[in-house]
Amino acid sequence: MTASVIEADQSLPAEWRDFLALTKPRVMSLVVFTGLCGLLVAPAPIHPIIGFTAILCIALGAGAAAALNMWYEADLDALMKRTASRPLPAGRMDRQSALHFGVGLSFFSVILMGFATNWLAATVLAVSILFYVLVYTVWLKRRTPQNIVIGGAAGAFPPVIGWAAVTGDITLLPILLFTLIFLWTPPHFWALSLFVRSDYAAAGVPMLPVVSGPTVTRQQIALYTIPMAAAAIAPWPLGLAGAIYGIAASLLSAAFFLLSLQVLFNRATEPAGMKPEKRLFAYSVLYLFAVFGALVLDRWILA
Amino acid sequence: MTLKDDRILEIRRRQKSRALVMALLLGAFVLLIYGITIVRMTGK
Repeated sequence: MTASVIEADQSLPAEWRDFLALTKPRVMSLVVFTGLCGLLVAPAPIHPIIGFTAILCIALGAGAAAALNMWYEADLDALMKRTASRPLPAGRMDRQSALHFGVGLSFFSVILMGFATNWLAATVLAVSILFYVLVYTVWLKRRTPQNIVIGGAAGAFPPVIGWAAVTGDITLLPILLFTLIFLWTPPHFWALSLFVRSDYAAAGVPMLPVVSGPTVTRQQIALYTIPMAAAAIAPWPLGLAGAIYGIAASLLSAAFFLLSLQVLFNRATEPAGMKPEKRLFAYSVLYLFAVFGALVLDRWILA
Repeated sequence: MTLKDDRILEIRRRQKSRALVMALLLGAFVLLIYGITIVRMTGK
C-alpha cells in the first residue's frame, strides 16, 4: 500500500466541538427557553430533577433535529456563505457520523423524556423531530416558498412539550403558545431571507423573496404580524393570563407591527439598504423571549 | 517528525478529547438516571 493510499484512508475523526456545532446551539437557546416557559406556566408542580430532564430532552431533541437537517442539507449548506463553514460542508466531518449522531440523539431524547416525565410529552417530542426532518427539511424546503409557513410548526412544539411534561395533557394555553410561535416564524425567517436572498437563490432554495420578490415578501411579513399579535394577546382576554402579560404582549406586538410596517415601506433590493429588515429580524428574537418571559412573570406574580 | 507522524498525533489528540467528553457525558447521565430513579421511587 502506498503512502498516499494510507493517508486517503485515514481521514481525521471529527472534533467533539463539531458534533456540538451540528446541534445549532444558538437556535437551541430559543427552543429551550420557550420549552422552559411552557413548563413553568403549567398549573402543577414538578420536581426540579424531572423538570431539568424535560428541558434537557427538549434541547437534545432540537439538537438531534438540527444534526439531521445538516446531514440532509450538506449540499445546500456548501452553496451558501452563511452555512458553508458548518462541519459537513467544510469537510470536518463525514456525513455518516452526522447521521448516526442525529438518529442516536433523537432516540435518546425521546426515550429519556418518556421515562422521566410521561409518554405524551415524549410523543410530542418525537413528532416535532420527525416534522422538522421529514416535513420541513426533506419535503417542503426545496419544493415550495411556503416551506417556512408549514415547517414553522416544528419550532412551535417546545412550549407544548414543556406543558405536557408537567401536566400530562394539552389544553388551550399551550395550543395558543404553539400558534404564537407558528405565526411568528414566517415574519422572522422572511425578514432574514430578504437580506440573505442571494444566498438562497444561489442554493436554489425557493424562499418567498427568491420566488415572489421583496415586495410580496414584505406584504406577507406585515400580514402575518396581525394574527401573530392576536395569538400573543389572546391568553389575556380568554382569562388564561393576567394584565401583566396582556399589557406586555400588547406593547411588544405593537412594536413588532410598527417594525413590520417599516419593512413594508422599505423599497431597498440590496442587503445594504435593508436596515428595517435586519432590525425586525433582531427584534423578532427579542420579542419571543420577552413575550414568554412576561407570561412566566405574570403566572408567578399571580401565584 | 514526518507528515504522517503529525497526522497520527492529531488523530490521537482528537480521539482522546472525544473520549474525555464522552466519559464526562456518561458520568453526568449516570447521575441523572440516579436522580430520576430516586424521585420516581419516592413519588415526589
